[in-house]
Amino acid sequence: MQLGRVTGTVVASVKTVGLEGIKFLVVQPLDKHQDSVGKPVIAADAVYMAGPGELVYFVASREAAEALEPRFVPVDHAIVGIVDQVSL
Amino acid sequence: MKIGLVSGNVVSTINHPFFDGHRLMICDLIGPDGEPDGYTIAVDTVDSGVGDTVLIIDEGNSARQIFGLTTGPIRAVITGIIDSIDQA
Repeated sequence: MQLGRVTGTVVASVKTVGLEGIKFLVVQPLDKHQDSVGKPVIAADAVYMAGPGELVYFVASREAAEALEPRFVPVDHAIVGIVDQVSL
Repeated sequence: MKIGLVSGNVVSTINHPFFDGHRLMICDLIGPDGEPDGYTIAVDTVDSGVGDTVLIIDEGNSARQIFGLTTGPIRAVITGIIDSIDQA
């Protein structure tokens, strides 16, 4: 899992089967000091409460597909938690 | 498996139900020659703390087996605290 900052939302009204009702957010991956690393990704919101500006952690690949109901929906990244605090 | 150094933790109240009651640790990954190799957020199973050198399994199916699950958005799990490493 990796830290990320939600920077925007993605709206798609036509989606493949299984993605109905899922919110998609633009997430900038961060290092542990919360500095940006790499390019932004589009992540499904598996906590249903994330929004722009929030610090989150997210999973990728198969774990992302497992995060949503029903499982094995076709997503690459999924937000699985909203961060309250990071202690280093 | 990978070797990591626990450098912090992440606190979150809004998260995927799997993560309820689990501690999330920020681990700096260490490469074969001792060089830094990025970081990951791992679920703790051994009561590790900041400063511990730990053994991390970074593979989804093994991680789910540790928790007795067949499904779950989890991949990196701290499975041991390393006492020493000897290299011939």
